[in-house]
Amino acid sequence: MNPPPVPSESATVLVLACLLVAPLAIAGIALVNTGLGRSRSASHAMLTSLCAVSVAAAAYFVCGFAIQGFAGSPAHTITAAGKQWNWIAAQPLFLRGLPLDASPACLVFWLQLLSVALVAVIPLGAGLDRWRLGAAAASTALLAGLVYPLFAHWVWGGGWLAQIGFVDAAGGAPVQAVGGLTALAIAWILGPRRGKYSTEGGMPAAIPGHNAVLVLFACFLVWTGWLGLNGAGAMLFCGAPVSALVRVELNTTLSAAMAGLAAAGITHARFGRPDASLCANGWIGGLAASSAGCLFLTPAVAALTGLVAGALVVFTVEWLDIYGEIDDPTGSVSVHAVGGIWGVLALGFFARSGAPVQALSQIAGVATLLGFVLPLAYGLNWLLDRVSPQRVVQEAERQGLDLHELGAGAYPEFVIHREDFPQR
Amino acid sequence: MRLAGLLLLVAGWAIVLAAFLLLIATTPRAAFVAAGVAIEILGLGLVARSHISGREAKR
Repeated sequence: MNPPPVPSESATVLVLACLLVAPLAIAGIALVNTGLGRSRSASHAMLTSLCAVSVAAAAYFVCGFAIQGFAGSPAHTITAAGKQWNWIAAQPLFLRGLPLDASPACLVFWLQLLSVALVAVIPLGAGLDRWRLGAAAASTALLAGLVYPLFAHWVWGGGWLAQIGFVDAAGGAPVQAVGGLTALAIAWILGPRRGKYSTEGGMPAAIPGHNAVLVLFACFLVWTGWLGLNGAGAMLFCGAPVSALVRVELNTTLSAAMAGLAAAGITHARFGRPDASLCANGWIGGLAASSAGCLFLTPAVAALTGLVAGALVVFTVEWLDIYGEIDDPTGSVSVHAVGGIWGVLALGFFARSGAPVQALSQIAGVATLLGFVLPLAYGLNWLLDRVSPQRVVQEAERQGLDLHELGAGAYPEFVIHREDFPQR
Repeated sequence: MRLAGLLLLVAGWAIVLAAFLLLIATTPRAAFVAAGVAIEILGLGLVARSHISGREAKR
């Protein structure tokens, strides 16, 4: 794979502008995680997000970028079937040798630092109200230092997936699906929250989030951040010209809008009124689905992709909750894994160039997510759980993680659980 | 059951990899990729089932 071309000055300025708004996506996901959790763990949820971003940045700085590299950077290859396959980058640790200017390599590093931070906050939603802060930080280090960089190298660093024709403009697979599948592994390993599934069987209890306004406001933040991530990704990874940015941003917005509408329509039809948290999930699921194909799809197809993503998110949230017995309070698995994978497949099915071959390459990418990323994330977190249990003790769950792990509640004057406060 | 499911996930991926390495014609390659993905879905189902039955046993 050839190194990315040096962008013009105007393109560099636009990439920088996109990178400056991209952190809003991370802030938005952190707010969604907080709002959909219990009030007695709100502070903990927000602090865990902040810690996860910090750990992810540190791990990516130390070894993540060395594993991932960028297109055209030195890499290790293996020879199979008479062809050389690029499987891991050979960059020095600690960013040594990376020119700190506006070169494509440096801009790619910055975008990747933001992407890895976004990946890191996605699994936190699946472990809400029961994941120890220290365990979440350790799990994030493995995700940002090994799992994400390896897969991202295969897609964006000239790795073997790129060699077989797999395409992803802005992270439907490396960011959304990797984060979502890690969330699935975490939900499995931690198990459901106390009281979610009754010992007598029957329907699972609905444990509503504590702040719908926070969640819906976060949707606007996530949208703004996504415009930056998709714009920067399309220009840096696919060499999109400045003029293509309009299509990228339009497709991103249309996909999110149609997904939000689909979620609102389906929940209205099924429950008699729109469901706020599922609408927020649908909106973000549409954004996740837009990532892979934002540069390659027509606006009509992007809208259709979003519509399907919104429907998929609503149905899979319920299906995983009831039949899969997966307690995922924020719907991270449905939003990011299902939405991201659907976006990757939609690009293969609906992109105008090279239809059947492109579809096969995209399916190979999804097979790699399921057959490599999920077992690796599960195995690493299972080992971590054996070394030090990732779940808090029962008493901590009853008391709330704010008091148990941080020593103070998020809303001490507004929400008082009398039994939660120690007697003087 | 959990280990078997995880092994099936990896085995399905290996079939997809082998299809891309060894087959050139589109039709047989597509058939092998479909078989690999089917095995992965089976593995995913087994892992999911193992977690549900693990909790049912605890009840």
